[in-house]
Amino acid sequence: MASPKYFYSIAGTLIPWIGSACLLLTLAGLYYGLLVAPADYQQGDSYRIMFVHVPAAWMSLFIYMVMAVAGAIGLIWRIKLAEVIAISSAPIGASFTFLALITGSIWGKPMWGTWWVWDARLTSELILLFLYLGIIALYNAIEDKRTAARATSILAIVGVVNIPIIHYSVEWWNTLHQGPTVTKFDAPSIDISMLIPLLLMAGAFKLFYAFVLLMRARCEVLNRERNTQWVKKLAGIS
Amino acid sequence: MNTASIPRAFSALLKRDLTLAFRHRAEIANPLLFFVLITALFPLGIGPDPAILKEVGPGIIWVAALLAALLSLDSVFRSDFEDGTLEQIMMSPHPLSLLMLAKVMAHWLTSGLPLLIVAPLLGLFLGLSGVEIKTLLLTLVLGTPILSLVGAIGVALTVGLRSGGMILSLLVLPLYIPVLIFSAGAVNASGAGLTISGHLSLLTALLILAISLSPAAIASSLRVSLN
Repeated sequence: MASPKYFYSIAGTLIPWIGSACLLLTLAGLYYGLLVAPADYQQGDSYRIMFVHVPAAWMSLFIYMVMAVAGAIGLIWRIKLAEVIAISSAPIGASFTFLALITGSIWGKPMWGTWWVWDARLTSELILLFLYLGIIALYNAIEDKRTAARATSILAIVGVVNIPIIHYSVEWWNTLHQGPTVTKFDAPSIDISMLIPLLLMAGAFKLFYAFVLLMRARCEVLNRERNTQWVKKLAGIS
Repeated sequence: MNTASIPRAFSALLKRDLTLAFRHRAEIANPLLFFVLITALFPLGIGPDPAILKEVGPGIIWVAALLAALLSLDSVFRSDFEDGTLEQIMMSPHPLSLLMLAKVMAHWLTSGLPLLIVAPLLGLFLGLSGVEIKTLLLTLVLGTPILSLVGAIGVALTVGLRSGGMILSLLVLPLYIPVLIFSAGAVNASGAGLTISGHLSLLTALLILAISLSPAAIASSLRVSLN
């Protein structure tokens, strides 16, 4: 199941399906978000950046969790594929974190009157970006890629233990950001007409992650297995 | 294996590291000088106004402490890695995480503890009051061991690398942020006459967490780095 060769071919067949599902969800989400959802009574139309900002922020944490879990699986059971998943996730997660920061900054300008404030969640998102960059830097610095993947897995796990601590310490340090409005369980304080495009976009972002992850993981698998028979056959040089 | 020998191995390694450190006294002095120098740079950069310095003093001293800790971290494993001692230690039958705790403890005694001696002086430079200096010392006692423990994970991951130093700061500094927030926050709160028990409890909790988890993380990082 977790053999690289099998993964390579099954990922190859999955990619177009995931890609087109992602495209459909994105189009639906953008349609509902930009055309159907009403303007906010306070923030006007500028709140619509939320449909990119919030899913990107969710993804930034979600991918870190995936990375740490995959890293732990790779360390404990020595499954090569888990290592590949972990390390292929890092640049995607960093990009989503960066996207969340940029859109947050663009959203903050009309709302708070400034591009950047040392608000708790902005700051912890920035720290998360540094954690991602640290992982990528460590992976690139170690020449033997198997050692590199295992070292970054440990770092990702250390980071996961620290993320809640960092998050709450920054939260108590300063906060200005609006409270969570979707995760409150019984009655989300967001209107259904805005919730639908938000969830559509969140789904689209998840699929986009899967789409890019599979492509990156395929590349990584090929690179690692470049001396095996099946890769040589694939490249037509055996 | 005889379990009674574990404390003996622990203290033997601790004693060895301490002896080595005292034979190279200059290496102990360097981070200290760095600590003082960084702190002295800030008044030059932001101006000598005592009111401003008093305001930002706790933050400055703590940032300088973080950087001094970072600078001294390299010495935890570097020489042992280069002369092969580290591999010998890893082959010992004793639990590697405990031995690593001994090494980190030796590192803290020679790099974290000396900061306490000069910190009051720096507090005076920046116009902190007596209460604030007392709180500063308390937070340094609780906080600097965390810096050594968490930092050692980063060193263990980068020990074999040529460009280890730059990457080390990228790995370790984000993890230091909670310590910075609670420590500088405690000193600021004591200056404003507020209670600091909350900050100190959180710092203690972080310290306990670091003591219990990081030795294992250091040990497994070393096993990966040295294969």
